[in-house]
Amino acid sequence: MLRITDLYARVEEKEILKGLSLTVKPGEVHAIMGPNGSGKSTLGNVLSGRTGYEVTGGTVEFNGQNLFDLETEERAREGLFLAFQYPVEIPGVSNMEFLKAAVDARRKHLNLPELSAVEFMKLARETSKRVSLDQAFLKRGVNEGFSGGEKKRNEILQMMLLEPRLCILDETDSGLDIDALQVVANGVNAMRSEERSFIVVTHYQRLLDYIVPDYVHVLAGGRIVRSGDKELAKELEAKGYGWIESEVA
Amino acid sequence: MTDFQQEAVRLAAQQQSPDWLAGLRQQAAEQWLNASWPTRKTEHWKYTPLLPLQKDGFKQWAQAAGDWQSTVEFIDLDATRLVFVNGVFDATSSSSLPPNIVRFIDADAAAQAIIEQHLGKVVDSERHLFAALSNTWLADGVLVHVPRNETLAKPVYIVHVSTPGAEPATANQRVLVVLEESARANVIEHYVSTDAVQNSFVNSLSELVVGDNAELHHYRLNLEEENLLHLGGVHVNLLRNARLRGFALAQGSRLKRIDYQVNHRGPGADLNLQGIYLPRNNQMVDYHTNVQHCVPHCTTNEIFRGIIGDTAHAVFNGRIHIFPDAQKTLAELSNKNLLTSNKAEVDTKPELEIYADDVKCAHGATVSQLNATALYYLQSRGVSRQDAEVMLSFGFINEVLQDIAEPAVLDYLLPRIARLFGRDSDLLQRIHHD
Repeated sequence: MLRITDLYARVEEKEILKGLSLTVKPGEVHAIMGPNGSGKSTLGNVLSGRTGYEVTGGTVEFNGQNLFDLETEERAREGLFLAFQYPVEIPGVSNMEFLKAAVDARRKHLNLPELSAVEFMKLARETSKRVSLDQAFLKRGVNEGFSGGEKKRNEILQMMLLEPRLCILDETDSGLDIDALQVVANGVNAMRSEERSFIVVTHYQRLLDYIVPDYVHVLAGGRIVRSGDKELAKELEAKGYGWIESEVA
Repeated sequence: MTDFQQEAVRLAAQQQSPDWLAGLRQQAAEQWLNASWPTRKTEHWKYTPLLPLQKDGFKQWAQAAGDWQSTVEFIDLDATRLVFVNGVFDATSSSSLPPNIVRFIDADAAAQAIIEQHLGKVVDSERHLFAALSNTWLADGVLVHVPRNETLAKPVYIVHVSTPGAEPATANQRVLVVLEESARANVIEHYVSTDAVQNSFVNSLSELVVGDNAELHHYRLNLEEENLLHLGGVHVNLLRNARLRGFALAQGSRLKRIDYQVNHRGPGADLNLQGIYLPRNNQMVDYHTNVQHCVPHCTTNEIFRGIIGDTAHAVFNGRIHIFPDAQKTLAELSNKNLLTSNKAEVDTKPELEIYADDVKCAHGATVSQLNATALYYLQSRGVSRQDAEVMLSFGFINEVLQDIAEPAVLDYLLPRIARLFGRDSDLLQRIHHD
């Protein structure tokens, strides 16, 4: 699915990722934890192709292709999805219009027939119900005036509609109350399958009580310094990140 | 006095005009000839040089043209339609006119009386040079007169078509709308040209009198292309409790300047004016709006949005003047601009002058570029860069577009605006017609 080898990347001259390697196979859920500033968000941004993030070394293979040969929108159509830590508000563009444009682009890429307006409306309504997002949010501007929790649920809604192969959740749990967290987790769990992989980036162990990962990695100083199973997350929760950072240093 | 001013008066002499307009024409010609020609130092023309006008030297009237029907698409409206081609009335493509709608040259005594009462009286031609020119060139025009308590059954749809000619040519377009007490009407003015490379000058002037408690919906679509030069004005008197809902849209051309002057003359009058300008390539558009609150308890809500692409240039000057007597005024003016290229330019100036002390007013102007984060967000969902730009551009003017009360106008504009953005209109057709 995804093979990251010795990845180096920087933002505005500042080296953030320093030799990160990670392999994700189909059906696996990987959690990436780490202290603030360790490069967690940078990883998601680099993988999705955000401008301003410069890759200075290493390779990323996604479904057998060189990921960096693909534009941002091509990566999305190939099935890479990043749930944003801070979803963007776009006034004037209705959520429905946005979702339809995204789904149309993905389906076209997969040589699937375009959904009619009625079909899509039905699908969007059903899916928004699954993430407990009131239908009124479909008509509003994209994320415009949404609360933090509503924005995150809107991200999960997009993920469900797009049916990606690889989902990267960038601190989707941050700032969520327990109800919203459960909605997010239920959405992810419902989508787990043998063909679909997840990278769950989080600062808090709490999320992993709801989304049980196959692997847990600790990111520090721009690379993965320790990997384990879900027990590692609990250890981190108990001891904090300090011990790992000091071990690595 | 410039050559252009003198030429204009020579042109006037070639016109056939009703005798009863002769006085106004004569007076206006003197005013026109004595007016000083605007330069870069003239405040209201500072960013809009008139050079293209002088350079072309419009020495003749435009003529009625042959085949234009194949290239002009009308708005799909059940309306009373009046079509002027190069300023000449085209009876074949126009509707038969109800008694409320009269061409100046056909005016009977009663219509003449109404025209003489209002024509040239709403506009201040001392302050608006090209209104003086319009008066100098007065010949034909359209009077829409709605008597007390009446509602026009159908919208009035006035189309002005410009077609290319061998030589630069000129057309004069004049509209007068008079709504008596509690009358209602919809008037749509649609300016269109059939060829991007044509070369003509349209001078247009609309005077709107909205009587006590009357309501007018007025649209002015300036959809002429590239080389067409258009200097236009919409001048309005709002009487007691009168309501005007105005919509203006212009795509750019070599020279395009539209003035809106709205006078709140009666207490309780309400103005809602929304506008969009979309110059691209090397075009320009200039909207100058001036709203005068002369009396108390009037409201103004004015929104203009501009998207300026390529090396185009837009000018927006929005003025609200609140006189000492205009207490309890509520007035808001918002102008936002989106530059979609690094070489696009806008000069925006909101002006608020307040001489009353118990009023609520706000105004603001912004200039921004396409939001890079929003573009990335859309792209990260599989939307192409081009489509993302179109979506964001549409998002920028959507608020104004969705406020258009007449669905046929919106349906007409959407694909054309998409084409203006120079993109695949397929996306917009899809998303806006679902």
